Amino acid sequence: MTAVAPGRAVANPSPMGRARRRAELGLILLVLVIIGSAYTLASLGLTSSVPADIGPFVAVIGGLLLVAHVAVRRLAPDADGLLLPLVALLNGIGYVFIVRLDPDLAALQATWTAVGIAAFVGTLVVVRRARDLDRYRYTFLLIGLALLVLPLVPGIGVSIRGARIWAAVGPIRFQPGEFAKIAFALFFASYLVEKRELLSMATWPKFRPLLPDLKHLGPVLLAWGVAILVMTMQKDLGSSLLLFALFMSMLYVATGRPAYPAVGAVLFGVAAYGAWTQFDHVKTRVRVWIDPWPEQFDRGAQTIQAWYAMAWGGITGTGIGLGRPDKVPIVESDMIFAAIGEELGLLGGTAILVAYLLIVGAGLRVAVQSDHAFDKLLAAGLTTLVGFQAFVIIAGVTRLLPLTGVVLPFVSYGGSALVANYVLIALLLRISDGNTKRNTRQQIAHQQASGR
Amino acid sequence: MDRSIRRLGVFLMLLFCALFAQLNYIQVFNAAELNDNPSNSRPIDEAFSQPRGTVTTADGVIIARSVPIDSKKKYQREFPEGDLYAQITGYFNYSFGATGLESAYNAELSGQTPEQQVQDIGDLFQDHDSSGNLELSVRSDVQKAARDALGEQRGSVVALDPRSGEVLALWSYPSFDPNPLSDHDIDAASKVKTFLENTDGDPLLAKAYREIYPPGSTFKIITGTIGVESGKVTPEEPVYPTERSFTPPQTTRPLPNYGGESCGGTLFVILARSCNTSFARMGLDIGGPAMIEGAEAFGFNERPPFDLPAVASVFPDQDFSDTQPLLAQASIGQGSVAATPLQMALAAAGIANNGSVMRPHVVDRVLAQDGDVIRTYGPEVWTEATDPTTAGTMREAMRQVVASGTATRLQIPGVDVGAKTGTAQFGSGDPLRSHAWVVAWAGPPGELPVIAVAVIVEGQEGLSEQTGGRVAAPIAKAVIEQALQPMPEPPAATTTTTTPGTSTTGGG
Repeated sequence: MTAVAPGRAVANPSPMGRARRRAELGLILLVLVIIGSAYTLASLGLTSSVPADIGPFVAVIGGLLLVAHVAVRRLAPDADGLLLPLVALLNGIGYVFIVRLDPDLAALQATWTAVGIAAFVGTLVVVRRARDLDRYRYTFLLIGLALLVLPLVPGIGVSIRGARIWAAVGPIRFQPGEFAKIAFALFFASYLVEKRELLSMATWPKFRPLLPDLKHLGPVLLAWGVAILVMTMQKDLGSSLLLFALFMSMLYVATGRPAYPAVGAVLFGVAAYGAWTQFDHVKTRVRVWIDPWPEQFDRGAQTIQAWYAMAWGGITGTGIGLGRPDKVPIVESDMIFAAIGEELGLLGGTAILVAYLLIVGAGLRVAVQSDHAFDKLLAAGLTTLVGFQAFVIIAGVTRLLPLTGVVLPFVSYGGSALVANYVLIALLLRISDGNTKRNTRQQIAHQQASGR
Repeated sequence: MDRSIRRLGVFLMLLFCALFAQLNYIQVFNAAELNDNPSNSRPIDEAFSQPRGTVTTADGVIIARSVPIDSKKKYQREFPEGDLYAQITGYFNYSFGATGLESAYNAELSGQTPEQQVQDIGDLFQDHDSSGNLELSVRSDVQKAARDALGEQRGSVVALDPRSGEVLALWSYPSFDPNPLSDHDIDAASKVKTFLENTDGDPLLAKAYREIYPPGSTFKIITGTIGVESGKVTPEEPVYPTERSFTPPQTTRPLPNYGGESCGGTLFVILARSCNTSFARMGLDIGGPAMIEGAEAFGFNERPPFDLPAVASVFPDQDFSDTQPLLAQASIGQGSVAATPLQMALAAAGIANNGSVMRPHVVDRVLAQDGDVIRTYGPEVWTEATDPTTAGTMREAMRQVVASGTATRLQIPGVDVGAKTGTAQFGSGDPLRSHAWVVAWAGPPGELPVIAVAVIVEGQEGLSEQTGGRVAAPIAKAVIEQALQPMPEPPAATTTTTTPGTSTTGGG
């Protein structure tokens, strides 16, 4: 690492940064129009009247997004301009659907959105350079593990719908696991940067080296252990799969060896099979996944009603407020994609898919453009978290995979996930900002050098 | 690392492609099947929260409509004419579904067809009542005449226009009142349904087009048509022997004439007197394959393309070379031959319409709420039963049946009428039981007939060829006389939304 002075050297945004901020603002205004229209349509569909509070609604949402935009302008002026509008779109569509499905949850979700944006700004203020986080490797590991086991602590942990993933402090309930994922991503990035050389060297088995010395597989086994812990103690299949996928993808990016995820997948498969034989709730999930019809009125109801909802929506959907997503159990959180599929149709559902794919694309571009291994790994890991989580829950809703209870990032009802994901996006923007600054500096230096 | 990141990106993209494929499977390719799943309550909920169109007869009588009610299910289906049109409209029930037109035209009545969904660009942005009204070809006066003439005898009456296939009357006794069956109180409706299902005579079954009976001697018009078309039979030749019974090959069991009478002669004579022996000989002479082909040309062994779910009539499609006695039986409409009253009306209609059997239909037009015509069901040929010359010969033969044969009760002064009676034995009980049949056509002299009728009165005592003429012919006569009257004016103060000023006849 060179001794060049960090970030502050270029105080004003580069020309590229300025263009990005302009695009960001334009897209945010477009998103605002979309959300406002969707909100109006939902009200028209439900009560045949224009919502009385459309003005305040647009003002509040617009205000929140503007705060986020100004924060980016001030704190990360050169960062990617696509991520924030995409996130705002998903958050806004999700909010409209939550209002439409259960107006009682709307105020809470709005509050959580505000907290999320505050956390977004806070992260940009506190973290001035992503690389600095490299130093707190084991702190993040400890934080991650602590958050993960918090729901298991008597007096704090709460069990809801069979999953013990909630912690209650006073009146506030949250899912610490959502934050644990980011802590683990930070730890993995830091750990793998150091060990990647060792881990990339294949020495075992001797006759045809495929993997490094077995002792270096320790972290793989550790991740496996954590995943199993989550799976068995908290009955949270989705998070377990997500954590494991996070680590495997980061290990692959760090070493370039497909053998790791391959071995990991086998290990995970063994563990999953074990869980299937040992735990009734896992057995139920898998049975209902393979054939939900025999249990269509109890265990399989969620899956089948989600299919009915999406089929009813067809290509163009029923229109917001005109479908019957209330027939799908737990539609406002885990199953919200079924409601979107019903009322916005294949077109709306595909738009959501494309939004996630664009986030994945933007996130991975940040990773590729970075020239520092830690930044690269962190950006790739955080992107995988968002993209893979969206995949896992949509695959569950559409019965491509067994249904596991994870939220649809930015869309589902749920405060912890929303706040954690805003922090995640802030970190991605921070890395992106650093990339552009460095590139701009290099360009200027290059021009000056060739100018002589 | 960049290569791995790109590969990770490709991997994630493939995952999302899989999601996209799955969405297409659910929302496009498999959507219809999922929507039709009986456990899917969405279609039913939708059907009951939206108004459905009205159903009116050709003369503007409302026979089914949606009435707004103060309940979660916002509309109640109402059938103002009670049991009179039950076997046409069917019922419309929240828990056990719909029958009749309520089922067959569900998409049109509820406004789900594409042309109803979007009629102009404004409909994309504006919520409009897209439900469709059905305008039938059925005439309320002819329908009532059929009901009154049949009275409380079990049986069916089908009357239609041979030129267009438009059904003018469709009635079976016993019938049922669709109103209690369409009640939103599921328990009450289920009780009524159970009661009707256990009622003698099966009132829920639309026997006019969903039950098959041995057609008996009425089938001789088909055997005769095949004989004439083949060239083996003319008005002059052959002269069938006058005999009391005929013993077909491969059996020793004689096939007698009705009442053991002596009977025989040329085509016009044997049809007028309904000689079993002569038509059995004619069928054997024509041969199995030609008989099957001829019966199928009239529409047997195929579900008629009726707009209500009609069943197929049956003529045994088998090799008769070793079963000549069965072919003899089939030639006089006994054995395993079985036909719906609708099919027998179509047989008479085919002969009346110079050999072309038109596609039968009860719905003439589908109209939008603003009166725009969404669809018109015009005349269409279903099947070519025979050629015009043969049809003309058979019409003359059927005239003789009315003039001097078994159907003299069908004589109407100043009207050209042709008919054939039938008495079809069923079961093997003692005393003998039979169905009385008549098929007929009628119209102004010198023109093609304008109405064809089939009447069956079930379960008569005895087995006399006079039965069809005595019991069924007067019913057919009453229906024909009513149908030849001008159509009544539409009721004055109707709340129907059919357009004023549009013609209700002709059907485009």
